[in-house]
Amino acid sequence: MSQSATGVGASVRRKEDLRFITGKGQYTDDINLKDQAYAYFLRSPHAHAKIKSINTAKAAKMPGVAGIFTGQDIADSKLGGLICGWMIHSKDGSAMKAGPHPVLAQGKVRYVGDHVAVIIADTKEQAKAAAAAVQVSYEDLPHVVDASKAMKSKAQIHDVAPDNRVFNWGLGNEESTAAAFKNAAHVTTLNIVNNRLIPNAMEPRAAIGAYDSGTEGYTLYTTSQNPHVARLVISAFHGLAPEHKLRVIAPDVGGGFGSKIFIYAEEVVCVWASKHVGRPVKWTAERTESFLSDAHGRDHHTKAELAVDANGKITGLRVHTIASMGAYLSTFASCVPTYLYATLLSGQYNIPNVYAEVDAVYTNTSPVDAYRGAGRPEATYVVERLVETAARELKLDPAEFRRKNFVTQFPHQTPVIMTYDAGDYGAALDKALQINDYKNFAARKAESAKHGKLRGIGFSAYIEACGIAPSAAVGSLGAGVGLWESAEVRVNPVGSVEILTGSHSHGQGHETTFAQLVSEKLGVDINNVSIVHGDTDKVQFGMGTYGSRSGAVGMHALSKALDRVEAKAKKVAAHCMEASENDIEFKNGTFTVKGTDKKMAFGEVALQAYIAHKPGFEPGLKESAFHDPANFVFPAGVHICEVEVDPETGHTEVAAYTCVDDFGNLINPMIVEGQVQGGIAQGIGQALLEGCSYDDDSGQLLTGSYMDYAMPRARNMPAVENFKLGFTCTPCPTNPMGMKGCGEAGAIGSPPAVINAITNAIGVREIAMPATPLTVWQAMQASGAKKAAE
Amino acid sequence: MPSITIKLNGKAVSGEVEGRTLLVEFIRDHRGLTGTHVGCDTSQCGACVVHVNGKAVKSCTTLAAACDGAEVTTVEGLAKGTELHPMQAAFKEHHGLQCGFCTPGMIMAAIDIVKRNGKNVSEEVIRRELSGNICRCTGYHNIVKAVQAGAQNM
Repeated sequence: MSQSATGVGASVRRKEDLRFITGKGQYTDDINLKDQAYAYFLRSPHAHAKIKSINTAKAAKMPGVAGIFTGQDIADSKLGGLICGWMIHSKDGSAMKAGPHPVLAQGKVRYVGDHVAVIIADTKEQAKAAAAAVQVSYEDLPHVVDASKAMKSKAQIHDVAPDNRVFNWGLGNEESTAAAFKNAAHVTTLNIVNNRLIPNAMEPRAAIGAYDSGTEGYTLYTTSQNPHVARLVISAFHGLAPEHKLRVIAPDVGGGFGSKIFIYAEEVVCVWASKHVGRPVKWTAERTESFLSDAHGRDHHTKAELAVDANGKITGLRVHTIASMGAYLSTFASCVPTYLYATLLSGQYNIPNVYAEVDAVYTNTSPVDAYRGAGRPEATYVVERLVETAARELKLDPAEFRRKNFVTQFPHQTPVIMTYDAGDYGAALDKALQINDYKNFAARKAESAKHGKLRGIGFSAYIEACGIAPSAAVGSLGAGVGLWESAEVRVNPVGSVEILTGSHSHGQGHETTFAQLVSEKLGVDINNVSIVHGDTDKVQFGMGTYGSRSGAVGMHALSKALDRVEAKAKKVAAHCMEASENDIEFKNGTFTVKGTDKKMAFGEVALQAYIAHKPGFEPGLKESAFHDPANFVFPAGVHICEVEVDPETGHTEVAAYTCVDDFGNLINPMIVEGQVQGGIAQGIGQALLEGCSYDDDSGQLLTGSYMDYAMPRARNMPAVENFKLGFTCTPCPTNPMGMKGCGEAGAIGSPPAVINAITNAIGVREIAMPATPLTVWQAMQASGAKKAAE
Repeated sequence: MPSITIKLNGKAVSGEVEGRTLLVEFIRDHRGLTGTHVGCDTSQCGACVVHVNGKAVKSCTTLAAACDGAEVTTVEGLAKGTELHPMQAAFKEHHGLQCGFCTPGMIMAAIDIVKRNGKNVSEEVIRRELSGNICRCTGYHNIVKAVQAGAQNM
């Protein structure tokens, strides 16, 4: 690690901030094209219904209307449907049952918010007014919104799946795990619901499609985390245009959290319709549309069991999970409750036998896909609720029970695919206990009691697999794409540097961290480095940002390309200084000839590479690299949450929060801490506040605005002095930076810590998320905890 | 359509608006100042906060016509040339933003909080008064630190 103020390891203030704090950011809705029209999507008011007829005649005559299109128009133009890019096979060998997912409904609607028609007009208001005049006749069908009831429901959502089951999948050794339970001294069983969440990036999704009849090409501006993947899918599967005739631009994007990975109907329709109406077509979601139609997260219903032997060693873990997929399979939906979930069920522990069985089911709800953590928060919640509950049942200290079962030898092969490469789980636990001041918890509890509050403490020792992902490995598991990354380094003649990366920043600060790596490796001032991303016409194919991959995978590609630039520059320097290439050394931005005082600055070498007045080398200084990771990376750490519960109201405050993470080496600690704090806020949100709710009877979304869906606010987070982060470091062996991913860890580790703290505070075994005041109060009434406090 | 005149970031601007035109639409669509954002449309998220006659207002639920004759300041009007407003500088220094979408509203709300509560505004007051501004990225930790630091320099 360098000591430089802008190199690796320094908390450099962000280069991108200036435009955001002065209002100069350029998000998709800030872009306006000449003569653009506005799209409004007419959405289904029914959870499940046949479309008997659609009459657009009256609406078409409304002022300003440029075009109205329905599923019939989509079928007539043979526009392909939305796809799910990860094939899962059931235990019986059959392929997952993927129903058709047209961009505008054909014959039937399957959830409230499903796209029925698009109305395009001169203004937003005109499009909306005309939409109200479109007459649709529906015939209601039976519906089901609760995943746990889907397989027994009368509703049949897709013809291909008569029992609404997409797949019945298994991982691990069923027989050996059953034997472990048979021989166990103690078994802990929990029924766990991982509550359904709505991602709520603050920037609503938006798209502008524009057809250019002169070039016969399309441009799509969109709120995407992975514009090249969007281009590939829209080209190859929707068949709109070949890739070289489709430019996808994802400019500044206001948060993603997974919800902007996926290819959505609206963006495909805007591109397609722009040719039909002969004008650019713009759509920006209203917040309620985001609630209705962004892919949701979680929604797992699990029976979880843990087997422990007489020595307190965990011998087995078994789950049966029903996972909601919503009404259609979204882009990566199928991998979330399978390979991103069950592969982490060994946690940080040496568990010889693990078995997971997963039924993925259709429901009449918005599609469910990856949301910050994607499968790994669900796994961590299962493991850490089981482990904490088992420790309490066995009257063991929850920290020491964990320590006793930690993996301590690396590499460690789990029974569920993953090979953990490096870690020191005991070190993170020690540090967390020390920062939390665990030994004085009893005194804090007594102090809280003096104020009439019930104080509780909860642990979570999470591990996750990110840096997604080795292409061959995911390919063998069903992924339709490789998950490598690319980078290009263009050194300009005067020595400034442009980086073109396939990673995409929507809050992660790549313009700073990627520049820090360049500064570290080439000795160039970070102000002389610019980062270009999010435009398929500028950047070579790349896979985008999700799964905490931009550091471990994206920066690894960049590191490789920078090495190639250095190698080429050494050739040029050797030539210019009339030395052997082997004698050239490069340090702090200067090339020297070993054993002499000859030297050239990086900028001088760049200039010589371009003016090329001295023949003998290929002019120019530009290199690129593709990098495919050798393994996932495995961030791990310990969260300790302390809550205070008001026994009168059931209100829960997060009184103190400690989190110690091992992310390997850090490029920019300030940015890493920001990622962790934000992730933990989402986890506290899941545990205490957030819960997507559909009405069983009507199938309507009950949480369709910020008045009904409780987002974490500033006052829901622990006070600054009580929110403490720490780091341990075991460098990752599979990338030269020694980094692990940090983007999702906070959201993965935190929910069980909060719930373990509440159950500890009020002395109950189980409590559902979100643990709202009502839920907590009712749990206390049922258990008599309130009485005990009095 | 009514014609309105607003002193927008210190400059008088006039325009014709419909009765239903929102202040945020006037700012973004009529005047092209896209620093003020729309994150919801129910007055909950605060991405659209601007100052009207010196007070923080949610521009997504304010009619443009109601602001005829008013002084309106948006995030674009805070810096003096290249010199950032202390609150803007504090957000950068304390990493009070990630994706940047909620940031203009946060900064405008924060300035108003400090104006009403003084330089030494407490963490508790800041957290309570930011209830109308939602951020999904930062967990608010660094926003609170930025507001306290910005307050000291205002």
